[in-house]
Amino acid sequence: MNIAVLVKLVPDTAAQIRLNSDHSWIETRDLNWVLSPYDEYAAEEALKTAEAQGGEVTAITYGSDASAEALRKALAMGAHKAVHVKKDGFTDLLGTANALANVLKDGGFDLIFAGYKATDDDCAAIGQMVATLLDIPCITEVNKLEVGDGTLTANREIEGGHEVVEAPLPCVITAQKGLNEPRYPSLKGIMMAKKKPIDVVEADDVAPRVETVSMGYPPERPAGKIVGEGVEAVPELVRLLREEARVID
Amino acid sequence: MAYQGVDYYHLDELLSDEEKLVRDSVRDWVSERVIPVIDQHFRDATFPGELIPEMAELGLFGPTLPEEFGGAEIGDVAYGLAMQELERGDSGMRSFASVQSALVMYPIYTWGSEEQKRTLLPKLARAEIIGAFGLTEPDYGSDPGSMITTAKKVDGGYLLNGAKMWITNSTIADLHVVWAKLDGRVEGFLVEKGAKGLSAPETKGKWSLRASVTGEIILQDVFVPEEMRLPEAHGLKCPLMCLNQARYGIAWGVIGAAQACYDSSLNYSLTREQWGGPIARHQMIQDKLVEMMSEITKAQLLVWRLGKMKEAGTSTFRQVSLAKRNNCRMALETSRVARDIHGANGIADEYPIMRHMMNLESVYTYEGTHTMHTLIVGSDITGIDAYK
Repeated sequence: MNIAVLVKLVPDTAAQIRLNSDHSWIETRDLNWVLSPYDEYAAEEALKTAEAQGGEVTAITYGSDASAEALRKALAMGAHKAVHVKKDGFTDLLGTANALANVLKDGGFDLIFAGYKATDDDCAAIGQMVATLLDIPCITEVNKLEVGDGTLTANREIEGGHEVVEAPLPCVITAQKGLNEPRYPSLKGIMMAKKKPIDVVEADDVAPRVETVSMGYPPERPAGKIVGEGVEAVPELVRLLREEARVID
Repeated sequence: MAYQGVDYYHLDELLSDEEKLVRDSVRDWVSERVIPVIDQHFRDATFPGELIPEMAELGLFGPTLPEEFGGAEIGDVAYGLAMQELERGDSGMRSFASVQSALVMYPIYTWGSEEQKRTLLPKLARAEIIGAFGLTEPDYGSDPGSMITTAKKVDGGYLLNGAKMWITNSTIADLHVVWAKLDGRVEGFLVEKGAKGLSAPETKGKWSLRASVTGEIILQDVFVPEEMRLPEAHGLKCPLMCLNQARYGIAWGVIGAAQACYDSSLNYSLTREQWGGPIARHQMIQDKLVEMMSEITKAQLLVWRLGKMKEAGTSTFRQVSLAKRNNCRMALETSRVARDIHGANGIADEYPIMRHMMNLESVYTYEGTHTMHTLIVGSDITGIDAYK
């Protein structure tokens, strides 16, 4: 089975993000960069599927030289080879999806995995766009997957429940939390990754049609609210925790 | 907030991609698997044995050895970074890896027969066998050359008699690397669990390294077949070379413990409020934080340079002594200052401070006491041995 996984390097999710002086972009100096957490689920599922079914995993990323670090992490986890679609400067989503689809279309992939979103821009769009451009099905936010012979069954969590979806291969799967427990790259895997090939492909120079005009900080959190006192306040508190804060089921 | 190490001098720029990946992988594993369980193990004085297969899976045992023997062929700097991250979790975790790698796999790799290397090293790397290292005796610690454990040549092998003390993992070990005198010269023997006359009682009542098992190795006419002797290990320099490997890992490891204490102190002083504001705004707290952080930065530079020399094959055991001595003292003092910053909270295991401090009391004196390392470096710069 020929499997691709789309990966992206993002600022550490625990990092305190600051804006640059003219608020046009985030300040990237001193930031710690990591493989986007949902891409870790995608990479793990790609590797598990290849281990179970046989086959190879190709990790693919899009961006500047620095973004290739995402490929090294995927290779250290166990991916067999990698493609770096190189592009400096800002690209919009469709530009990114087009560049990735151009690489994917000739790869003969049976399955393409991606995180359902990157934790930096939260767009949750690349997997769907790539599938559309390749004219293959796409199942998003998958938290359980079974791959059969030429077909697959996926579990998606939806508001208040879950749904089970079937699709033929090839197919794009975007990974949601819960899909698996991503492995830690082993010391051996890290050293072997050095010897694995990374193909560099120059992306077409397409002008972005969407532009980031400015960035801003979120509004300060409003003060907490007191819903009442004593036993009488409990139902309202539980309702708010469930419906507004969404921290309980 | 996820843990991020101290990097005030942008030392990451000195590290290769592989070195950073090794560090980050072990760091993530420690954050997710060790730190959530370690306090309970420390309270109960138990080793988290359930984590051993995961450590093996990560490749933490004998990682510098060639692949054919189960290693990952990582460099000394990457190895050091792995030790640093393990000890950020707990000195007991790092001790476990140090013993398996530096004190058991290293001597077998260096002085073992081809057969011993082929059969034992891959199993040790996978932690299918756990090793222990028996050098120290009840009456011979800093002076191991005066050991009284003996080996006597008999038909087909040797008979070992004696007792070893303060042996990490002795109670759970499948294989003990025991150093004993044969006709007055120190030689290395591999003693298997279950050998007749071998016992390994646990040392109870430790107030340090509680999440690590320590015991004795008692040998009463224990028969060791000829093929289980380390054929190329002759003389006291062999166990001392093992200790040198372990000390190198310790010099890195304790930086992890110090960073854990610093990290907790910085967070605590920014969130703990007295007189209407965080205590971090007080000059005396800032003085302590800066002192801790600058000592950590110096220690990091020291081991990075030592690692580079070790990789080039130019480091001396005296330079390793300097780093072990300096960094253990630095870490112990950092933990004590951290305890001070945390006030009463510093003694509770809601914070990692007291656990690290108690551990570091051992690390300060094991694998050569602070004093012995002073005398090793002292003898080097003056040409005069002060300890004999």
